[in-house]
Formats: sequence, structure tokens, C-alpha cells
Amino acid sequence: MSKVWAIIRKDIVTELRTKELFTSMLTFSLLVTVIFSFAFGFSTGLVRLAVPAMLWITFTFAGVLGLSRSFALEKEGNAVLGLLLTPTDRSLIYFGKVIGNTIFVFIVGMIIVPMFVLFFNLGFQGTLLPLVPVIFLGSLGFVAVGTLFSAMAVNTRLREVLLPILLFPIIIPLIVSAVKLSGLVLEGKPLSEGASALQLLIAFDIIFIAACAVVFEFVIEES
Amino acid sequence: MRDSLTDNTYDIKAEGLGKSFGPVEALRGIDLNVESGEFYTLFGPNGAGKTTFIKILSTLAKPSSGKLTIAGHDAVKDPDGVRGVTGVVSHDPFLYENLSAFENIKFFGTMYGVQDADGRAVELIDRVGLGKRMHDLVRNFSRGMKQRLAVARAIVHDPGILLLDEPYTGLDQHGARVFGEMLSMLKSDRRTILMTTHNIEEGLDRSDRVGILAGGRMVYESLREGLDREAFREIYISRVGDA
Amino acid sequence: MRKALAVLTFILMAASLYAAFVYAPTEPKMGHIQRIFYIHMGTVWVATVAFILVFASSVMYLWKGTRKWDILAYCSAEIGVVFLTITILTGSIWAKPVWGTWWTWEPQLTTTFILWILYIVYLVLRSSAGSDQKKAKFAAVFGIIAFLDLPLVYASVRVMRGISPVVFGPGGGGIAPQMMHALLINLAACSLLFVLLLLERTDLERMSDELAVLKTREG
Repeated sequence: MSKVWAIIRKDIVTELRTKELFTSMLTFSLLVTVIFSFAFGFSTGLVRLAVPAMLWITFTFAGVLGLSRSFALEKEGNAVLGLLLTPTDRSLIYFGKVIGNTIFVFIVGMIIVPMFVLFFNLGFQGTLLPLVPVIFLGSLGFVAVGTLFSAMAVNTRLREVLLPILLFPIIIPLIVSAVKLSGLVLEGKPLSEGASALQLLIAFDIIFIAACAVVFEFVIEES
Repeated sequence: MRDSLTDNTYDIKAEGLGKSFGPVEALRGIDLNVESGEFYTLFGPNGAGKTTFIKILSTLAKPSSGKLTIAGHDAVKDPDGVRGVTGVVSHDPFLYENLSAFENIKFFGTMYGVQDADGRAVELIDRVGLGKRMHDLVRNFSRGMKQRLAVARAIVHDPGILLLDEPYTGLDQHGARVFGEMLSMLKSDRRTILMTTHNIEEGLDRSDRVGILAGGRMVYESLREGLDREAFREIYISRVGDA
Repeated sequence: MRKALAVLTFILMAASLYAAFVYAPTEPKMGHIQRIFYIHMGTVWVATVAFILVFASSVMYLWKGTRKWDILAYCSAEIGVVFLTITILTGSIWAKPVWGTWWTWEPQLTTTFILWILYIVYLVLRSSAGSDQKKAKFAAVFGIIAFLDLPLVYASVRVMRGISPVVFGPGGGGIAPQMMHALLINLAACSLLFVLLLLERTDLERMSDELAVLKTREG
């Protein structure tokens, strides 16, 4: 357990120092938000319907930036090999990276939401609080698969370009359910109305955290 | 200076070790025995399979054939056992650029399960002569300093065996001299050391035994004692040329 | 042996065409266009088998690490993509006169489409990962993850559309026995074709391995 914590700490210290992940993810999100505003010609009526989808498109694309950078950092000076030389179960390395990345991506999600509210003038009914668990579950599933694939992508010829190609078809169920749930929250309805979407989201998280933890060693080890 | 003297034997036994990538055979039937406390230098040109060999010894890669036992641990069945008793210094430092020297060594200490990783980190960074730069980022270190810190990383868990893969690569004259002194220190700790290099000058100095790897095969082996530098150079050139 | 299989496949393919176009009666509501369904069902069946095979051999490859499982996974993925492409095309051709559109985001179509994309990505990944071993390992990992994703994709399409799961009723309505025969013959013909293609394709892959070995020995 102290090993998992050490990996998380290392990633947080690195991020606090370089701020690379946050700057890239947040700048990207801001730009996309602005572009969406222009593209929709500032007509709030039109935007309202599309906001949940836009939110998750922005969020996942920003997340891809962060994920690919996260593993590129491990490759610098081949630090990851130093990590692999230690007698550490590979799934612990996976969990350490997943928890760290989930924290980063989740925080970015929590910043994007108020940004959307502000830019698109969303007068919402009730509370946005139920969005917090939705964004958390979304971040977790996204990072669970994304961490596995980014470890894979940095080791291929296409590098970072490959990550979204691998990741997006797989996370379609996650995006669909998260968009559905976010839509309900923005309409002021309770999450329980989207029970099947919530179940799907949780199922996605559980299935892929388990599966990716098992196959991670095959991706990270040379051969 | 070796911290805990134990009765364990830290030897390396490779029998018929082979490694192939699809149709390409990087290593073919390597037999090698390095005894506990011995300094063994493996010479070979680029592409001879030295790095692949070190990767297999350090469990970063699995052999396609043959048997490898390190300090009594089977490298394929018990890789964690091997990892616990070996340290690796490569031409890449294997360090995190955005962490300080202290944070790096402490991190790797924790990953090796070292008790009091903080104290161990301070002690080792002092020992490799970087005490004044303890809290500087590795990013700002020179190549030579990174390599010294890599040694601290490699011995943070006090391993009985050290594997060095072309450790002199990219070091300037001063850096190479400092690193050489460090090797002498490590040797006097009575650790088993296996080093690979393509440089005859650097390689012969501290060795007890030498070998030549060419074309993925062991083509020569000899005790260092009684081996003339010029004669060895001749042997090296002819054996490497044949392979 | 292989030749006998090839001949048998040819005969069955010819028979399946006869069964689909002559033997089976014309469906009263849809007309002749319904006949494309026989080949449509045959190919989607083969694609399904092929992708299950990709999953199974990917698991075996990660477990055993032997090249033969990697070859099997790769070749079935390739053939699966080809058959699924035919499925989608024949489906579109059928949908145009019957539904009045080439394509619609109906749950089954959407799932099939995502399935198709997943295995194309699988092939892209193979072509982009460097050394043979790395390629094989990464592809196996993706093959497993993609397969696990399929039930979730199917469920998500239903969530998106707000459709409750379809329960397949017993019996499946009244179709003429000749139609059933035609369907079975088509399924058999497509299955045999798949086996034949898979054998040929894996042989080809093995031969190219041998060739690579010979080349490195010469060079």
C-alpha cells in the first residue's frame, strides 16, 4: 500500500512542480468551450440541448491530453524501467497511476463544469451537486482504460496519436451513460431517473479496472 | 562499505540463454558463470546483444530459452527475488527528471521496500558526492551527476549484485574518472559486478574476468590476470570481426 | 484434405446461392430483396465466431506466449472485419427499399458499426506497434478489452435510445421451412468458407515467418 501511495505522491509532486498536465488540459478545455460558443453563434437555446454532450466531449479530449503526457513523463530518462526493476507487483503500479490520473482528470472536470455554466449562461434548476459523482465515476472509468492504453501508445510508432484512436471506441458506453446522467442533472431531475445509465457507468468502471489491472503487466513489461 | 555482510552467495549462472524476437536471434546459447564477489566485464560491439543480455539478467526481459539463476533465484519463476538482490545502472539514468535527487532515491527506496527510505536516501546521496545538490531537480544535473545518482538508485536496497550496461556512455573525461572511482568503491564492498562495455580501456581496469560477446554469442572468456592489454585488443578485434 | 475442403466449400457456396435465389420462396411483404438476408446472416455469424476467436486466442497468447495464438488472433480479426463489412453492406442494401434509408442509428446497427470500428482499430494497432512481440502483446490486450466492451456497447445503445431490452419470444414467428433450409445452407457455406480462409491465411502468415528467418540467415 505504501508503494501505491509513493507512486501517487510522486505524480502529484511532479504535477505541482511542472503544472504540465493542468495547463494543457485546462487551456484546451477553455479553447474548446470558446470554439463551441462561436460555433453555436451564442444562441443559448440551441446550446442547452447540446451541453451534456459538449461537456463530455471537452472533458474526454482534455483527458486524453493529460493521459498521454502522464506516460510520456515516465518514459523520460526511461524512469519507468527503474520502476520496473523494483520488486513491485505490476498491478500496484497500475493502481498508483490510475489513482493519480483520476485525481487530475477529476479536478479538471470539476473546473470545466462551472466554466460551462458561466460561458453558456446555464440557468439550471436545483443543484448541480449530483454531477460530482457522475464526473467522478466518468473520470475513473476513463482513466482506468486510458492508463492502460497510454502505456501502450507511448511504445508504438504512432505514439500519442494512437491513444485517442484506441480509447474512444472503447469508452463509448461510458460517454453515453455519462451524457445521459449529466443531462438529467442539468434538467434538475434526480439521478435515479437514469438508473440504467448509472448501472452501466458503474459496470464499466468495475469491469475495466479489474481487466486492465490484470493485463497491465503485459503492456508495461518489455517481453 | 557494504552495509550488511551476509553469508549469501551472489552469483550469476546462465545456461544456454537465448533470446529471439520473431526471426531475429539476439542471443544464442549463452553460458556464463559469475562468482560471488567477482568483477566480470563483458566486451562487445554495438548490436552484439549486450543490452538484451543485461535486460534478461535484470528481469526486464524474459529469455526465450535456457536457464538463468541469480543468487539462487530462478529469473523466470521468481523475478521479484532477483530484483531484490540486483541493482542496475544503464546508459539511461532511470530517474525522474522532475523530482529532486532526494525525492528520487527516497521513491525508489520505498519501491524496494527499504526501511527508513529517508535516511537511506540522505546517506547514499552523500556517498556518491551529491550531498550539496540533495534537493536540486535531476533535470538540472549534468550527465555525470545523473550517472552517480543512478548508482545511488541502484544500491538503495543494498543489492549483492550490480549490473552495469555501458555505464560510461556520454560521460566526459572528468565524469568518467569520478565514475571509475565509484566502481572501485563498489568493488571493495565485495559486490558481484557484471559490466558491459565496448571500450577496452575502461573495461579492463577493475575486472577479475573478461568475456567477449559478438553476434549474440560468447566468443571469448579469460581471467584478467596475465592478460596483456595490447594482446587483448588484438583478440577483441579478430573475434569481433569473425562473428 | 485442404483441397477436399475447398471443393466442398465451393459446392456449398453454389448450393447456398441456389437456395437463396431459387429454392426459397419470395417473402410476401419485402419481396425479392429479402433474399439478401441469407448471406447477411451467414456473414454476421462468421464475424461473431471470428471475434470470439480473437478474444480466446488473445487470452491464450498472453498466457502461453506462443506465436501460433497470435497468428490465429490476427488472421481471425482480419477475416472477421471482411465478413462484417459484407454484413454492413448487405444490411444497407436491404434497408434502402425496406426502411427507405441506407443507414439508421438503430441499436443493432449501431452496435455492429462500433464492433466494426473496434476491430479496425485492432488492425491499426497491429500495424503501428514496432517489434513482433510488442505488436502481438498489444494486439492481444486490445483484443481482450474490445471484447469485454461489446456487452457494454450494446447496453449503452439501448440507454441512449431509451429502449428496454428486447426479449426474444419463442418460436420466432412463422417462416417457411424452405427459408429455414436456405438460411442453414448459407450458414454452413459461410462457416466452411471461414475455416478455409483461416487455414490459408494462417499458413501464409507462418510462411512469411519462415521467409523472414531465411532472410536473416542469408543477410
